[in-house]
Amino acid sequence: MKKFDIQNVKDTRSGFGAGLSELGKTHPNVVALCADLTGSLKMDAFQKEHPDRFIQVGIAEANMIGLAAGLAIGDKIPFTGTFANFSTGRVYDQIRQSVAYSNKNVKICASHAGVTLGEDGATHQILEDIGLMKMLPNMVVINPCDFNQTKAATIAIANYNGPVYLRFGRPAVPNFTPADQTFEIGKAITLNEGTDVTIFATGHLVWKAIEAGYALAEQGISVELINIHTIKPLDNNAVITSARKTRAVVTAEEHQMNGGLGDSICQLLAKELPTPVEMVAVNDSFGESGTPDQLMKKYGLDTEHIIAAVQRVLKRK
Amino acid sequence: MTDFAKLGELSTQIRRDILRMVHGCKSGHPGGSLGCADFFAAMFFEVMNHRAEFNMNGNNEDVFYLSNGHISPVYYSALARSGYFPIPELATFRQINSRLQGHPATAEHLPGIRIATGSLGQGISVALGTALAKKMDGDKNLVYALMGDGEIQEGQNWEAFMFASHHKVDNIIVTIDFNGQQIDGSTLEVMGIGTDIEAKLKAFGWEVLQMNGHDFSSIVNTMQHAKSLTGKGKPIFIMMKTEMGYPVDFMMGSHKWHGVAPNDEELNKALAQLPVTSFGDY
Repeated sequence: MKKFDIQNVKDTRSGFGAGLSELGKTHPNVVALCADLTGSLKMDAFQKEHPDRFIQVGIAEANMIGLAAGLAIGDKIPFTGTFANFSTGRVYDQIRQSVAYSNKNVKICASHAGVTLGEDGATHQILEDIGLMKMLPNMVVINPCDFNQTKAATIAIANYNGPVYLRFGRPAVPNFTPADQTFEIGKAITLNEGTDVTIFATGHLVWKAIEAGYALAEQGISVELINIHTIKPLDNNAVITSARKTRAVVTAEEHQMNGGLGDSICQLLAKELPTPVEMVAVNDSFGESGTPDQLMKKYGLDTEHIIAAVQRVLKRK
Repeated sequence: MTDFAKLGELSTQIRRDILRMVHGCKSGHPGGSLGCADFFAAMFFEVMNHRAEFNMNGNNEDVFYLSNGHISPVYYSALARSGYFPIPELATFRQINSRLQGHPATAEHLPGIRIATGSLGQGISVALGTALAKKMDGDKNLVYALMGDGEIQEGQNWEAFMFASHHKVDNIIVTIDFNGQQIDGSTLEVMGIGTDIEAKLKAFGWEVLQMNGHDFSSIVNTMQHAKSLTGKGKPIFIMMKTEMGYPVDFMMGSHKWHGVAPNDEELNKALAQLPVTSFGDY
């Protein structure tokens, strides 16, 4: 198993903030809207550097989505920012009508996704957002894994014309992908080539999968590890090619099993290449208050659960 | 000088189009559409600076949004009669493979439509977004929007009203079709936000005007007055009094014709009250 150097430990939301700040300098049509969470979303740099292109909408997310659609009509590239919960479920019809169906160039940027939001509890820990967003026609769904990748994804989506849901999180996590990477929407990244099992991971679970890969290598298990940063459109070719090679698949994500990455991969494999799959995801449950590490363990999302899922799927080969 | 006689003939033709469109597909919303025909004739043929060579971004022209998308027949007729798309296409309204969807939509690329509406309460936010874009670009043209009075019950409108005055979006003119009717009955019975909409909008920091939606001089003069009030730090709201179903006698006076298409006999009875015009039916 290849070793990955940790450059530093940073939150993915700061990667978004850094990417947005850079876009402010390079893309005069990029505008940012925030629903009273500027600091939490790390949008304060953009706000300070481009006050004329930053719009504080207050605690009014529905209006924010409509404003963004209207700005997009006027050839702006609006980035909306709030927690993932309030970016999706709270404004689902606004996104459906004014952004997805109307096919507007709006970037819905969502922080504090999943249980790693932590102590605020389940009211704020959305685990359904990927499913909600991927069901919408025209919507691209991206869930990068670390600071560098989130920054690169933020920049990349400004150069893509169409609705995008960009999901990131609150906790500091290992930052290991290249600082100078070019982010390609819809292109899976093979982090490690292996022969016994493929782990398809997304978001915070990518690093957990790397840790699982190290432990499994010591047990003599060769893991192919693929970072699926774009859940929709899914890189079908990468999934099928790897599954054909290893014939055993584990998916890993900080999301409900229903509607998440694993669900998309199972749908694809059931049709194209029936393969045993084990899913590391939340099993039809809400979260609760706690530290991110405590919650990842309790809800079955830590390294040990990925290792156990690999061991289960290998028995089914 | 405004040619009021021409506007009157246009609105009569738009009304004939509305009735024939909803009759043709046996569905749709004639009541509010008929009630707003004079407004659309005035807006598209007198008030607004707009181009039938449609540009989605609306740069360097006025932009219009219909928030209460269910009155799509009047919108489609006004667009077609303005030259946005061929008039005969009105016959395809609500039918399979048509660009004229039941509610306005962009997926079929019908010229004139910039956003999907009809899921109520969302159009004013979108209009404000485009108004902000115009301000950023230094485009002095305006954004207009029409909404329904039942629609004002949706909470998102109040988020938008609050936003507009806070951010001094003073290049927008929103008109409400104040016909007092919605699907389940009168707006007063269903959810009595009632007669004090003006006070509520003023309290939210908007400039509020009144006009008679069945009097072209009232519409044109009020719109000119509204234009003169733009650029002064306040968004503009116009309460437009209309009668649902106007002027078809048996379609007025209740909410009955909100979303019901006339049968053959009813169509003929209604068209008999709207003389054939020089523009001609599609």
